[in-house]
Amino acid sequence: MAGEKDKAKQIERSVPRVDAEEKISGKAQYIADLKLEGMLHAKTLRSTRSRAKITSIDIPNLPEGYFIVDKNDVPGQNRVKMIENDWPFFAEDEVNFYGEPILLVVGPERGEIGKILSSITVHYEDMEPVLTMEEAEEKGDCYFAEYSFSNGDPEKAFKEAYRIIEDSYSTGYQEHAYLEPQGMIGVYENGKITVYGSLQCPYYVKPALVQGFGWEDDRIRVVQTTTGGGFGGKEEYPSVIAGHAAFAAYKTGKPVKLIYDRKEDIETTTKRHPSVIRFRTALDRDNRITGMEVDIRLNAGAYTGLSNVVLQRAMFCCTGVYNIPDVRVMGKTIATNTVPCGALRGFGAPQAIFAIEMHIHNLAVMLGENPVEYKIKHLAGRGDRTVTGGFYREEIKLEEMLEKALDMGGYGDVSVFGSHLNQGGNEKYRGFGVSFFLHGGGFTGSGERDVIKGKVALKRRKDGKVEIMVSSVEMGQGPQTTLRKIVASTLGLPMTEILYENPDTDRVPDSGPTVASRTAMVVGFLLQGAAEELKNRWEEEDEIDVVKEYHHPDYVKWDQDAFRGDAYPAYSWGVNIAEVELDSLTYQVNVKGVWGVYDVGRPIDELIVRGQMEGGIVQGLGYAVTENLVITDGRVLQNSLTDYIIPTSRDVPGLLKVDFVDNPYEYGPGGAKGAGEIPHDGIAPAVAAAVQNALGFPIKKIPITPEYLKEVAENAFTIRS
Amino acid sequence: MKKIRVSLRVNGRIFTLETDPNRRLIDVLREDLNFTGVKEGCGIGECGACTVLMNGKPVNSCLVLIGQAEGSEVVTIEGLKGKNGELHPLQEAFIEAGAVQCGYCIPGMILSAEALLQNNPHPTEDLIKEAISGNLCRCTGYRQIIDAVKIASKKIARKE
Ligand code: FES
Ligand code: FES
Repeated sequence: MAGEKDKAKQIERSVPRVDAEEKISGKAQYIADLKLEGMLHAKTLRSTRSRAKITSIDIPNLPEGYFIVDKNDVPGQNRVKMIENDWPFFAEDEVNFYGEPILLVVGPERGEIGKILSSITVHYEDMEPVLTMEEAEEKGDCYFAEYSFSNGDPEKAFKEAYRIIEDSYSTGYQEHAYLEPQGMIGVYENGKITVYGSLQCPYYVKPALVQGFGWEDDRIRVVQTTTGGGFGGKEEYPSVIAGHAAFAAYKTGKPVKLIYDRKEDIETTTKRHPSVIRFRTALDRDNRITGMEVDIRLNAGAYTGLSNVVLQRAMFCCTGVYNIPDVRVMGKTIATNTVPCGALRGFGAPQAIFAIEMHIHNLAVMLGENPVEYKIKHLAGRGDRTVTGGFYREEIKLEEMLEKALDMGGYGDVSVFGSHLNQGGNEKYRGFGVSFFLHGGGFTGSGERDVIKGKVALKRRKDGKVEIMVSSVEMGQGPQTTLRKIVASTLGLPMTEILYENPDTDRVPDSGPTVASRTAMVVGFLLQGAAEELKNRWEEEDEIDVVKEYHHPDYVKWDQDAFRGDAYPAYSWGVNIAEVELDSLTYQVNVKGVWGVYDVGRPIDELIVRGQMEGGIVQGLGYAVTENLVITDGRVLQNSLTDYIIPTSRDVPGLLKVDFVDNPYEYGPGGAKGAGEIPHDGIAPAVAAAVQNALGFPIKKIPITPEYLKEVAENAFTIRS
Repeated sequence: MKKIRVSLRVNGRIFTLETDPNRRLIDVLREDLNFTGVKEGCGIGECGACTVLMNGKPVNSCLVLIGQAEGSEVVTIEGLKGKNGELHPLQEAFIEAGAVQCGYCIPGMILSAEALLQNNPHPTEDLIKEAISGNLCRCTGYRQIIDAVKIASKKIARKE
């Protein structure tokens, strides 16, 4: 048996990344690197108002070869197809956020384009904007969605409660800050539009263009180019830019390149939703949590985008890893005249996990219990019900994982997480914090079955090589290597025999978007099945095409209207320990150590998955501490990488260690579950718990800036004295 | 605008061109000479994606006006090679350590590391962090990149 397991675990052994060589040699061609014959450039003219009517636009006489492209140049519907149909490609008579695209200036020279842009005047009639969630709710009629569901009997729990505690948490914006800014090239040729670009979801962009042009499917083609990071930022937003580049190509008859500069990318593309999350929690006489009410508000910005789905994910993980029998959950996405928010690694989970982790932590502190022990008392186990009344079917190894993390960090037991240590007059405060978290793999609810319906193909060519045909993209997270590895190991072929081009919608079926930690788990599993079939048919002559479509595992039961059942087919799990040092005068948070132990089923490639974990941890550290993005009067204040501070090599904790527990998943290729997002989910609450441990007062907000800590410290002081 | 004449050596080859004086070194390298391994991530000196070696020192090529590059010796990622034309030890090490994800920061990152190793073949971890602190990476969390530089340092020592 041991031998079997070793064999199965071979998939973990790292191989050199397939895409590494072209990237270390500078040969990889990103969208900005492509030049096409006769290509024009484009730049976007944007709203300088948060909310206004456009009364008129003065456009100077254009030099030969220059064009304006605007709402009148959209042949079909001027709406970006997402879930709701409310987001225009170009503003019509009204603008709804600062930075909203109004028109493009297109032409051969970028200098001249700039001059033309600055000589255009837009006349506005200002309208009263709604800039914050509070303002919006005061004015009313501001919800894109209002959801609620319950599990068990929350009413009874509150009626019988020994005491009830209320508490609230908030989180800020986050910018993806992928190193490659967004960009697209549109080409119009022989009656057909082709768009090349940096994107995660070829089959989101394609229908958006089909609707924008009002054309048949076969006249639109989308090709992904090497993508310099996505993190969700290239999930829905590329549809907007693709539309712009394509309409411009159609109008001018020339290829048009539209590349964002960093400032416009930060100011105008989607961000992570700021949130306010409130709890009402019922405790019994023994301090045990018996019931909970959770109320989540997300600032969605000016258009719906994916906000309602982000809200659903936040709601479905709002009780974290805990078994709380009687729960009521409410959620709202709030419309404001600010930049639309959207997908960002974690997709609502980082907000909800921060809130629940700190809430339980603070309950423990208030009750005089050790927060880690208090959390352990409430951990869910296999067979327990999820917040939506589904079941946790896998073994939940959180306690084993905690032990491992404690070992790695050299903590004998959990006592240091209990009392805060710095009552004295030390200059440096030290603190230690723990977080527990989970992430549901794949689309929420029945999404994989009813919405995405992923389809993959394998083609055995005449020369014996096997080509992977999927729309899933490489954006740094590794599928060029991991998907090849799954197919190669199933077929017993060397990886060099497996081909996998960047997806082109004219060639590959729709295996779904590259999001939701689903590529290895869901697409990889389909490919594994396809490879098994191909293996059986290997002796056939000629080319072989094997197609596999998604089938929901039978056990998954979900009612999308009631939000009831198994919201996800499987969960990944994590434990983080963070160690911080704080300067008692400046309140600068310095993260000295992070230990992370994860259950991602079984990693497909140890080095790649470790890279995902470390990268996610460091991105999460930015979210927790330095990545402060504030919108004031409707404008993003931190619109550069100097003002919006993402971690540099110097901010990486001296001690950063990652490890895994083995817990193979039956419906994942080689046992894999989702891995891409989970590392971002748990780091903020671990750091916040450590800061709280160091300072002795509750942390209820991220990012944990020195200003925030000063404010809390002063208030804490006034209350005490 | 009056054009200026500039001559510089890039990756060992001399190029002479007439160009607008307000163009940046990155523009000439990418657009005129087709060294698209030089990446633009911000255009204002914040991200390091455009790092090249100029007379052996790492510079942000988005901050260098082309006139300032007159007579200089520039190395881009395309010009980085091992002694016999094979992969440079840093490139090998980046592959080995799994330090490459989306790749957008990597050319600049490798060149900053190369400048460090040229000066100090056996840097400490702190010096490595310092040397690449101007090169932002959003994917890796830097750990595997730091490991790669350490591996390269050992490889170079072995080869010497
Ligand atoms: S592009 Fe030059 S530093 Fe960012
Ligand atoms: S590998 Fe993507 S930014 Fe460094």
